[in-house]
Amino acid sequence: MNMNATLIGQIIAFIVFVWFCMKFVWPPLLGAIEERQKMIADGLEASDQAEKDLAIAQAQAAEQLKEAKAQAADIIEQAKKRSAVLVDEETQRGHSEREKIIAQGYAEIEAERNRAKEGLRKQVSTLAIAGAEKILAREIDKDAQADIVAKLVDEL
Amino acid sequence: MASEYTTTEYIQHHLTNAVMCTTEEGIAFNKACSDAGFWSWHIDTLLWSIGLGVLFLWFFTKAAKKATTGVPTKSQAFVEMVVEFVNTNVNDTFHGKNALIAPLALTIFVWVLLMNLMDLVPVDIIPSIAGFIGSTVFDMNPHDVYVKAVPTTDLNLTFALAIGVFFLIIYYSIKIKGFGGFVKELTLQPFNHWAFIPVNFVLESVTLLARPVSLALRLFGNLYASELIFILIATLGFWQLPLHFPWAVFHILVLPLQAFIFMMLTIVYLSLAHEKH
Repeated sequence: MNMNATLIGQIIAFIVFVWFCMKFVWPPLLGAIEERQKMIADGLEASDQAEKDLAIAQAQAAEQLKEAKAQAADIIEQAKKRSAVLVDEETQRGHSEREKIIAQGYAEIEAERNRAKEGLRKQVSTLAIAGAEKILAREIDKDAQADIVAKLVDEL
Repeated sequence: MASEYTTTEYIQHHLTNAVMCTTEEGIAFNKACSDAGFWSWHIDTLLWSIGLGVLFLWFFTKAAKKATTGVPTKSQAFVEMVVEFVNTNVNDTFHGKNALIAPLALTIFVWVLLMNLMDLVPVDIIPSIAGFIGSTVFDMNPHDVYVKAVPTTDLNLTFALAIGVFFLIIYYSIKIKGFGGFVKELTLQPFNHWAFIPVNFVLESVTLLARPVSLALRLFGNLYASELIFILIATLGFWQLPLHFPWAVFHILVLPLQAFIFMMLTIVYLSLAHEKH
């Protein structure tokens, strides 16, 4: 129990141990611990970020889907309208075409009839004159009754 | 336990250190060193404590060299647990920047704990082995072979630790506060008046000196007492049963607690040394 030189030896040993611990034990161990803490913190942060990103992406996807649906509905609506318009226009055009063709037909028929009428009139006048000539040749001077015949022809 | 012994002799044998000294005839041991005075060495304390210190540093250095930031091995995880524990205590108590305090605290804690744990080795094992070796190899009387295996029951060791801490307290006090600041702290507290300087100085000196003395004596007293009781228990009962067992279980608490107290007080004293007023 007496104090002796062991004290000095122990002080030296103590100093050497503390120095060694400070130099070779503490820094790498604490460095590793702190680095791992940082890694874990980073990992947690990254996972949080990823979760947020995922939520954002999901919201975006839903938004886009909604937009696409709306667009598709729009397009279908427009197409329906357009087709209705087209059908309308075509019907309209068909109608007017028909009117035109009918009107043309009528006009042609009219013109043909007029021509036939004209021809007939001329032939009738000629025939009437020839008939009258034959009737009157016997008794009346052809020239003296010409104005009466002309009047007849006009009345036809 | 050797039966031709009296109980007193037995207890004294277990509480005597192995001494080595140099005399005129060369190196001498034990009883031959009774008048060697200061220049004698407790070789058992030195060997066990340095052996345990080297064991601690070897184990921790091995872990430190292989330390990865990834998944740690089991030994690395254990070492890191200890380091984290010490680091948490240091950071809770000591607010400042000092690269020394945390490794110092770790060294004190683990080293003192290992030395304290020698207390749990049954008291007869190591002296018996040493006595056997002494009698067969060196042809000595086994009763003259002394080994005290718990280094912390040697005042030299506890005082060595405390003096180391004491010098650090003084060094950092002067480094942080300056020599003037340190002197002021010793003379102008607790009564801040010039007339009280002698009173203050006496009070503060006692406070300052009481720190290493209490550190050393607390550890020594606890361990010496527990070792003594282990030895007393060894003289009772059948194969040291049943008393040895509860006492050992109790020391699973006491031994780490003493190591922890020594570490904590070191940190507290050093953080006080860093405080500016």
